Amino acid sequence: MRLRSEIIDMDIQGILRYLFLFLLLLLIQVLVFNSMRFGGYANPYVYLLFILLLPIDVSGWTLLFSAFFVGLTIDVFQDSLGMHAAATVFMAFCRPAVIRLISVKSDFEPGTMPGIATQGLTWVTTYVLLMVMLHHIPLFFLEIFRFTEFGQTLSRILLSTVLSSAFIVLGFFFWGKTAK
Amino acid sequence: MRNLFNFIAKNYFFFVFIALETLAILLIIQHHHHQRSFFLHSGNAIAGRFYDGVNSVSQYLSLVRVNRDLAAENARLLEKEASAFLLRDDQTLEFTDTTHTQRYRYISAQVINNSVQRRNNFMTLDKGRKHGVEQDMGVITMNGVAGIVKNVSENFSTVISLLHQDMQISVRLKRQEYIGTLVWEGRDYRQATMTFIPSHVELARGDTIVTSGFSRMFPKDVFIGTVSDFEIRRGENFFSAGIDLAMDFNKLGYVYVVTDMMGDEQDLLESLNAP
Repeated sequence: MRLRSEIIDMDIQGILRYLFLFLLLLLIQVLVFNSMRFGGYANPYVYLLFILLLPIDVSGWTLLFSAFFVGLTIDVFQDSLGMHAAATVFMAFCRPAVIRLISVKSDFEPGTMPGIATQGLTWVTTYVLLMVMLHHIPLFFLEIFRFTEFGQTLSRILLSTVLSSAFIVLGFFFWGKTAK
Repeated sequence: MRNLFNFIAKNYFFFVFIALETLAILLIIQHHHHQRSFFLHSGNAIAGRFYDGVNSVSQYLSLVRVNRDLAAENARLLEKEASAFLLRDDQTLEFTDTTHTQRYRYISAQVINNSVQRRNNFMTLDKGRKHGVEQDMGVITMNGVAGIVKNVSENFSTVISLLHQDMQISVRLKRQEYIGTLVWEGRDYRQATMTFIPSHVELARGDTIVTSGFSRMFPKDVFIGTVSDFEIRRGENFFSAGIDLAMDFNKLGYVYVVTDMMGDEQDLLESLNAP
């Protein structure tokens, strides 16, 4: 039976899949990545994979609200109330524009998930890099809340962007395997 | 009016974005200014218990190190025992406890969540209001200052780590007796900076830094670290010294929450100075 919800714009199976993805990413983020040290400099944020994997034609409501709640959940575990929510919502807001910018053909099949199988590795890598950067720049500046130590913040952003992107692209591989 | 609604409906994506972004910013500001009594922090029931569970597993993996540290601490404490001193016969020395009143009490707590890799780091402890932990209490270990308690729930508390841009601790050069301020400027979690040392002070590498006792959160003379290098920065007329922290923030296991039993009395007295 395929129930379709008007607001969430997805069938029940899809919702359950994304719920599972959310819990999985939350566990991985909090248990594994938040305790990695990388020389005391970087903290990769792989939970962004959730927003990146939402269907390309997902409704704006779903996109923004899920970004807000995913960010807020991470905030609670990191004592950074509001910062991840703000950065993730900003990234989600930029998502449609980024997808338009890097895609050659403009119309996708309804319900297409971004993935290596459908869009190719180059597309996915560009997509991930751009989106992660759009998340990390506001996040790291919100975290220090001032523009002194500019160079240090910039190097933190760059290093974390590279690490986050690498792990997220890896995530795309795994999720593509399980989705089949 | 109808046009307005149509406009909003058509551009709802933008307006929802602005609304959520505003909400997030408000949360950040609220978190920044009223640092108490908000349930969305990692000391709350769900996140606290979660970290507690995770920690009980990782605890086993660090038992060897914890044992070694406790043994070392025991040894240090034994040195201070009365039995470790020889009685000197050449003078009469009355020593009764009536001359000493206990000022600080320590609550032993375990770090169940900790970070060092961000610019602003926090930790979570497994002791809360129930055990006597209150906001703004200091947190120390045998090797230095760990941070200041920020939020307290029934069973847990969160601590602003020394590795946070808002932390400034009053410290003292043990040999020269000069006071300065200890801050963490990011980068390496094993290195902090002591600023506002007068430029005529004769510094040397390896000089010991201890807490000054001026802030009532920390007792006097808690060992913090040693001077690794020093310079007068451009445009300043005092020394800034790089400090090698004695404490490894990446390996925190047990800490002590400091209770100042005479803090209220001192506060009350000092408040009389205000006109």
